[in-house]
Amino acid sequence: MKVGFTVNGEAVSMEVEPRTTLADALREGLGLTGTHLGCEQGVCGACTILLDGRPIRACLMFAVQASGCSVTTVEGMAAEDGTLHPLQRAFCDQHGLQCGFCTPGMLMSALHLLHRETSPTRRRIREELSGNICRCTGYASIVDAVQAAAEEMAAGMDDAAPTEVTGGTT
Amino acid sequence: MKPARFDYLQATSVTEAVGALAAAEGEAKILAGGQSLVPLMALRMGRPSLVVDVNRIPGLGGMAIADGVVRIGALTRHSALSEQRAHPLLAEAARWIGHQAIRSRGTVGGSIAHADPSAELPVVATALDAVALVANPAGRRRIPAADLFAGPFETTLGHDEMIIALDFPVPRRWGFAELSRRHGDFGLVTVAAAEIDGRVRIAVGGVGGVPYRAVDAEARLADVELTPAAFDEAARLTASGIDPADDLHATAAYRRAMTAEHTRRALLRLRERPEGVPA
Repeated sequence: MKVGFTVNGEAVSMEVEPRTTLADALREGLGLTGTHLGCEQGVCGACTILLDGRPIRACLMFAVQASGCSVTTVEGMAAEDGTLHPLQRAFCDQHGLQCGFCTPGMLMSALHLLHRETSPTRRRIREELSGNICRCTGYASIVDAVQAAAEEMAAGMDDAAPTEVTGGTT
Repeated sequence: MKPARFDYLQATSVTEAVGALAAAEGEAKILAGGQSLVPLMALRMGRPSLVVDVNRIPGLGGMAIADGVVRIGALTRHSALSEQRAHPLLAEAARWIGHQAIRSRGTVGGSIAHADPSAELPVVATALDAVALVANPAGRRRIPAADLFAGPFETTLGHDEMIIALDFPVPRRWGFAELSRRHGDFGLVTVAAAEIDGRVRIAVGGVGGVPYRAVDAEARLADVELTPAAFDEAARLTASGIDPADDLHATAAYRRAMTAEHTRRALLRLRERPEGVPA
């Protein structure tokens, strides 16, 4: 079946079997391997992407269902020139990843949260990331990273012009 | 972890969907949010030959309120349910369903039709005597919650029927309490208490094949002052009315003890909560 949707702002069209999940279509059809597949049964959260702005499990949706939708993957987070998103930078600065397998899903869930709430509490961050499993970090550094990114993004909104921020901002 | 092959139909009307279900003679599954169906297909525990996607059928979402009843379209996502204000008990229950990414896709109709004995919405539907509006090739019918849930993951829906909406009465006061090991997990014990027409109703999930309606406890609370002592008694009656099993999550004795405690908590929340105010 033919399906068309947009990925990170770019219109794409591809031929898929009905049983092809959106995650497999992104990874194998489009080469966007930033979306990781851990469990392929909706438990681990590694394949979390944004569909029309909301987080979803890309392994629990068939690609044919995404017709006409807007998909955002981790590849869409950095700027055109490669400048990392504040969340991505904060994950590096705060040691929010070790092996990195869960990171794309964590970033997508956190991005959705920071789109809606500018200064979430640690409890809120934990709630919103509860569907993403990390087997390395113990989560504390991930929560640190999201909090640091939230502070940086909120500070950026206060200023008239975007400012260059380096290092941790806690 | 890849589903077996299937034919895919993106239905554009309820008539087309139930027609396809009828023609497939039990070999088809409805795909709504997919948060339970797709994992089952990935695990090859489900191998439907036809998947009828109802996500693009117009008119299956949305909510309307009339005469103290909120009608919720079957395709309403849990995220929308958790954000609405017309039915605060449903909003609270929806916040306990899975995680944010699950709530983005999962639907009210899907959760009810899947009939997971540990799911939140069947418990609320049972407590409120909600009614499912069901379409089939012959027309429409209404199924009260008490007649809908037949066993674990089993309903009285025919293979050619689909839920198109649910009517949930709005309680005057309510309380909700759930015990789960981790945030977003299915509940070990889920209790919904609701006062409608001056009568308190109690339903418990996770402790049997279908949600348990605590009629003895409800009778104990009828026409008496709602005191903590009365709640203790109602909680004891609720716990003695269930017959839970041991499983890897909890022993039967633990589930029984937690049923009493969470019934008590739900009732106390019902008493504390001023009319119509969300949690």
